[in-house]
Amino acid sequence: MPKTFAEINEKIRNGEAVVVTAEEVIDLVKEKGEKKVAEEVDVVTTATFGPMCSSGALLNFGHSDPPIKMQKVWLNDVLAYAGVAAVDAYIGATELSETRGMEYGGAHVIEDLISGKKVRLRATSHGTDCYPRKEFDSYITLDSINQAILFNPRNAYQNYSVATNSSDRTIYTYMGILLPNFGNANYCNCSQLSPLINDPLYRTIGVGTRIFLGGTQGYIAWEGTQHNPRQKRDEKTKIPLAPAGTLCLIGNLKEMSRDFLRAAIFHKYGVTLTVGVGIPIPLLDEEMAHFVSISDEEIYTTILDYSVPRREKPNLGRVSYKELRNGEIEIKKKRVPTAPLSSLYKAREIAQVLKEWIKKGKFFLQEPIQRLPVDEKFKPLDIRR
Amino acid sequence: MAKKRIVLTFPPELVDQPIIYRLVKDYDLVLNILRAQVTPKEEGKMVLELEGGKEGINKGLRYLEDIKVDVQPLAKDIKLDEQECTSCGACIAVCSPKALSMNKESWKLEFDRDRCLLCGLCVPACPLGVIQVEFD
Ligand code: SF4
Ligand code: SF4
Repeated sequence: MPKTFAEINEKIRNGEAVVVTAEEVIDLVKEKGEKKVAEEVDVVTTATFGPMCSSGALLNFGHSDPPIKMQKVWLNDVLAYAGVAAVDAYIGATELSETRGMEYGGAHVIEDLISGKKVRLRATSHGTDCYPRKEFDSYITLDSINQAILFNPRNAYQNYSVATNSSDRTIYTYMGILLPNFGNANYCNCSQLSPLINDPLYRTIGVGTRIFLGGTQGYIAWEGTQHNPRQKRDEKTKIPLAPAGTLCLIGNLKEMSRDFLRAAIFHKYGVTLTVGVGIPIPLLDEEMAHFVSISDEEIYTTILDYSVPRREKPNLGRVSYKELRNGEIEIKKKRVPTAPLSSLYKAREIAQVLKEWIKKGKFFLQEPIQRLPVDEKFKPLDIRR
Repeated sequence: MAKKRIVLTFPPELVDQPIIYRLVKDYDLVLNILRAQVTPKEEGKMVLELEGGKEGINKGLRYLEDIKVDVQPLAKDIKLDEQECTSCGACIAVCSPKALSMNKESWKLEFDRDRCLLCGLCVPACPLGVIQVEFD
């Protein structure tokens, strides 16, 4: 008998919901079968913790006296976008400090704010009759400002490619340091625990879904940018074989913690934000029980040669997450050591926290208000004359 | 007599060259190999202590640079702040001696000091900046 979101929420309210993580459910299905598990388990928690460049925070500073219509804004010398009204600004995770360069960026501003540190706010303006002030230079803290909204246009990629390097020099990428002559291969996905891998066709994860974001409850605001549901999929599992779906996430930065939101620096590449995301999947029916039971040996991804700095990088074949997690894969007949960039250790922690929240009746499921697109083309940017 | 401790990284094509022999013979140096990891056809790493005349040491170092061996001063210690580490694994990508590795059960980062060549490559590889190196 299929279940509904409302029925599961009722169980959560009564403290009766059966919740397991997306790793725990794998053994459970092996033992009891999909049908039984669909009946007995209500919610499966998924999670990921990894660098997500398309992240940032919308801040409202409040008005000074006399007021200023801020046109250029810097937070600890990192430029924030202020082209929205008078005292709103968006601090992007990857923006670099104008004085410290790659040592410090927007992600560090966000981390400093949630750590309770003082952040220097500098703003300039042309001055208007209603907003006469032309310069502002002082300090803010997370408590001193109005809203602080984490708003990440593209997070929680449904699968990601493996990066390696065929050239004879070390290259520095957003996929980490890649040693020459296939010296290593880096991957970045929590695979069998990862949210969109466990709901490959976006049946339960959609616009409005309540999630774990950075240590608090947040929401899926929209499909993420570059959402690419048409990516090639494994015929049997329906799981994409390369980067596909993405999520746009929103949540209250004031409630977030450094345990699940951290600034990161990719050497000679730049700054990014490491984001912890957890998403509950209701086991509505047997099909959902089947999807969540798919394990690393059946989840594949594509190996790309990052030494070719082009839109289309050479495809060096396919590999399963089981092989990647074993620590060594074969590329062009060479044994290549692998390294993860996303933390399965932290993702497991998030899946457990979310599980406890649901079990204790602190977190309820929100049925999607709208489905994520299942058929949308990912367009390139060409130079048009 | 002068002493110097260095870390050598040699590209695959130099692994089977008699580099050590030449350092001893041509530059009159006494060598103490502290640690080494050399696999044919792959990048090699060696931690060396050079002992000899100042000029011999300098010339030896120049010879190494000329033949495109990467020479770095030897770090004294590698410090890993376990409290701050998220076990992401980005550092193990550059640690060819496998001193840094992931525990396959807990997926927590493990650091085996005995395998560490003190090359310092993991320092810039850690996105969170939790690994630090101390020099003499
Ligand atoms: S210094 Fe770092 S990269 Fe080098 S061997 Fe030691 S742990 Fe590995
Ligand atoms: S790269 Fe840094 S944070 Fe990541 S596992 Fe290594 S030491 Fe820990």
